[in-house]
Amino acid sequence: MKIYAVCGAGIGTSVLLKSNIDKVLSVLDIEAEVSAVSIATAMDAESPAQVVLITPELQDQIKGIASEVITIDNIFDLGELTQKLSASLS
Amino acid sequence: MIAKAFGPSSIDISTEKLSWLEALERSVNLLVESGRTKPEYFEQVLASTQKLGPYFVVAPGIAIAHAAPSSAVLETGFALLKLEKPVASGSINDPVSLLFSFASVDSESHIELLGEFANMMSTPGKVNLLLNASAIGEIRDILSENLVG
Repeated sequence: MKIYAVCGAGIGTSVLLKSNIDKVLSVLDIEAEVSAVSIATAMDAESPAQVVLITPELQDQIKGIASEVITIDNIFDLGELTQKLSASLS
Repeated sequence: MIAKAFGPSSIDISTEKLSWLEALERSVNLLVESGRTKPEYFEQVLASTQKLGPYFVVAPGIAIAHAAPSSAVLETGFALLKLEKPVASGSINDPVSLLFSFASVDSESHIELLGEFANMMSTPGKVNLLLNASAIGEIRDILSENLVG
């Protein structure tokens, strides 16, 4: 399964988000390929990710994307990430 | 690794009432003062926030201002401006009290560093320690006590 952590440039927020997604998925024992990408990359990808995680401010920028979109309010809250990822993936 | 990413003069506390843009400029300038970026890095951060909004306010009260790697970045690093008078940015995570700035020389070398930063900020109690710190030395100590990987 492919998961994208998305931010404006794909180098800051998305990398932080990916780091915590990896941590949560390993606790949930779910295997996935998580990549930190820019909005442009997420939109242009030939094979879209199954799930895209993004901060609420940016969700309008990926309207129409062929992936399930999960918005994360607090990227440092492992509880929020765990809850949203397990609801989506299980 | 985190502790080294904050160069000398990269941490400051503001007790003034600042606007969001003033606070942003003050925080990014700490990267300039600590030799991590050229002054024009602020223009790049500004352009990114004007285009996309305050999306780097990533958690309640916490922002990590940054732009893409560019020739304005001299060395990968962090800065932190703590706002004793929290500032509204327009984000759902307002008001901002911990305004980090970050710059990376390329899109690879900082991944491990940001992983460590995410670990640190996700550690229960860490954010509160930073919010309650009232001296620069105290903040530096809290940032250095990041021994758990």
